[in-house]
Amino acid sequence: MPRKTYVAAIQEALSEEMRRDPRVFLIGEDVRIGVFPSTRGLHAEFGDKRVIDTPISELAVAGAGIGAAVTGLRPIVDLMFGTFLYLAFDQIANQAGAMRYMYGGQTKTPLVFMVQNGAGSSAGHHHSQAVHQFFMNMPQIKVILPSTPYDGKGLLKSAIRDDNPVLFLHSLSLGGKRGQVPAEEYLIPIGAADVKRVGKDVTICAVGPTVYTALDAAESLATEGVDAEVIDLRSLSPWDKETVLESVAKTGRFVAVDESYPTCSAASEWAATVAQEAFHDLKAPVQRVNNKDVPMPFSPVLEKAVVPSQTDVIAAVRKTLD
Amino acid sequence: MHHGDIPIDIVLDIYTRVLRIRRFEEEVGRLFRQGQLPGFVHLYIGEEAVAAGVCAALTDQDTIISTHRGHGHVIAKGGDIKRMMAELFGKATGYCKGKGGSMHIADFDIGMLGAIGIVGGGMPIAVGAGLSAWYSGSDRVSVCFFGDGAANEGSFHESLNLASTLTLPVIFVCENNQYGEFTQATDAMNITDIADRAVGYGIPGLVADGTDALEMYRVSRAAVSRARSGDGPTLIEAKTHRRGSHAEGEEVFLAGQTYRDEAETAAAQAKDPLHLLHTYVSENDILPAETLETLDADITQIVAEAVETARNSPDPAIESLYEDLWV
Repeated sequence: MPRKTYVAAIQEALSEEMRRDPRVFLIGEDVRIGVFPSTRGLHAEFGDKRVIDTPISELAVAGAGIGAAVTGLRPIVDLMFGTFLYLAFDQIANQAGAMRYMYGGQTKTPLVFMVQNGAGSSAGHHHSQAVHQFFMNMPQIKVILPSTPYDGKGLLKSAIRDDNPVLFLHSLSLGGKRGQVPAEEYLIPIGAADVKRVGKDVTICAVGPTVYTALDAAESLATEGVDAEVIDLRSLSPWDKETVLESVAKTGRFVAVDESYPTCSAASEWAATVAQEAFHDLKAPVQRVNNKDVPMPFSPVLEKAVVPSQTDVIAAVRKTLD
Repeated sequence: MHHGDIPIDIVLDIYTRVLRIRRFEEEVGRLFRQGQLPGFVHLYIGEEAVAAGVCAALTDQDTIISTHRGHGHVIAKGGDIKRMMAELFGKATGYCKGKGGSMHIADFDIGMLGAIGIVGGGMPIAVGAGLSAWYSGSDRVSVCFFGDGAANEGSFHESLNLASTLTLPVIFVCENNQYGEFTQATDAMNITDIADRAVGYGIPGLVADGTDALEMYRVSRAAVSRARSGDGPTLIEAKTHRRGSHAEGEEVFLAGQTYRDEAETAAAQAKDPLHLLHTYVSENDILPAETLETLDADITQIVAEAVETARNSPDPAIESLYEDLWV
């Protein structure tokens, strides 16, 4: 199986879906040049109409995507950075997800918002925040945050084919990550987790870049005789509660690792669900590992100190073993 | 006012649209005062000429996007008064099965893509509908209704600029009804004509008399023709007047305070769009009095039936809470 980078896998998903369905198009700032290489080269193949450069106008571009979606197209709206979604919040929160319900099922909004999410590029607070947790709290928008090239491609293709709005978050820090991507077509269903490491002593649930942190922590814990199971949720909304609860039924211990601020984080939701629905399986209180509760600093040293580290995860696991 | 080259059947069509809106809105006002309608209602009385004139220049394929003050747009585009009234009552038989209400009525079958409750919120969506027409090689146009208040939102700037840079078939119709909620439009901007802002986007900006339904039709027809030819967007500022409240029952919010300039209100009352159009078509023998009377009686009857139907319609079933979610 060929090995490809994360961005190459995303680029493949985009071009395959655009070839498959003429209603699919890409719109955003500098998508022709491809500031992020995931959209590079698409303009050469698909031309001006299907790879549309826009002014820097996140609100209007997001809304234009919605208007195109409710009139029969399937837009992919590239807004570059997760933090730029804040500029488009009205369109996403008030319109995209709600229109179908608000209008009594008369319409649908098949569109994908695509942005970079989270830390790793030392770009400071305005370009390095994780934003997924805001959208998990929003009805009627699917949220996915894959961690591997394989998952990224399969999930993006599913997102493009989905008739609901989907927020596809990918991590700048994972862009160069390589992994196996089959040459033949495949899809990964939205809402299905993937157990990235099987273990019996503790369940570590993670998403995006924290999956690697969790896997590294698990390897380190293995040397101490602790056998951790690592679940990569891949999808945040809807999320695969069943896989998590099954794992906790086996291990009796739960650690949620998530690159968002602690209050109302993704980890908070997973931990609350486990505490509520698997209380009798638990041998120890659930643990959360989140970002430190500060704006994202610029210094690479400080930035690294904000996001969940291997040490943080190991410490949380140890608490469940006390 | 003059009808010039507008055929008589279109004059009658425009008159019908104005009258349907007026009679509907008068009834909605009465129902609200009687405490029969939940939520807020924002009436379009005084502004009917805008929606009627613009929509008479459109086909069913063309799309519109509306605002919190949206009843007039739905009716002008050909919406079903019964389903509208039922929606205002929050009933299962309403356009949105009771999930939208007054500020969120849509009828996708006739190109009414929805009323949007956020000021300026519909503007980017209208650009997207225009983008869709351009992308598909269709000659349909997208009309965006918005108010003077929305002209001060960031979405106005982004939307006009985006539509202009992509040369999209979008017609931005600014209903300058002189008030943004309780603030006079002149206190919210330091220019006289919002249409002047078009210069900043490199598109035509026109001021039209928004109390003159025939002028609104004529101006819209030209903008539609321009958009269909692929020449891009137009900004039309319709100078109109909100006859009544921001929202019915606004006295509660005002707590005895006033915000209206009485002289301006009196001058505007004299330019009532229905009265002006009625006087014009009557005095110039364009439409027979008998036709107008019959029309009025028919519309009044339709509105009365709509109220009756809405009252007798069931509330939405609680189970419907989970319907029309994911596709």
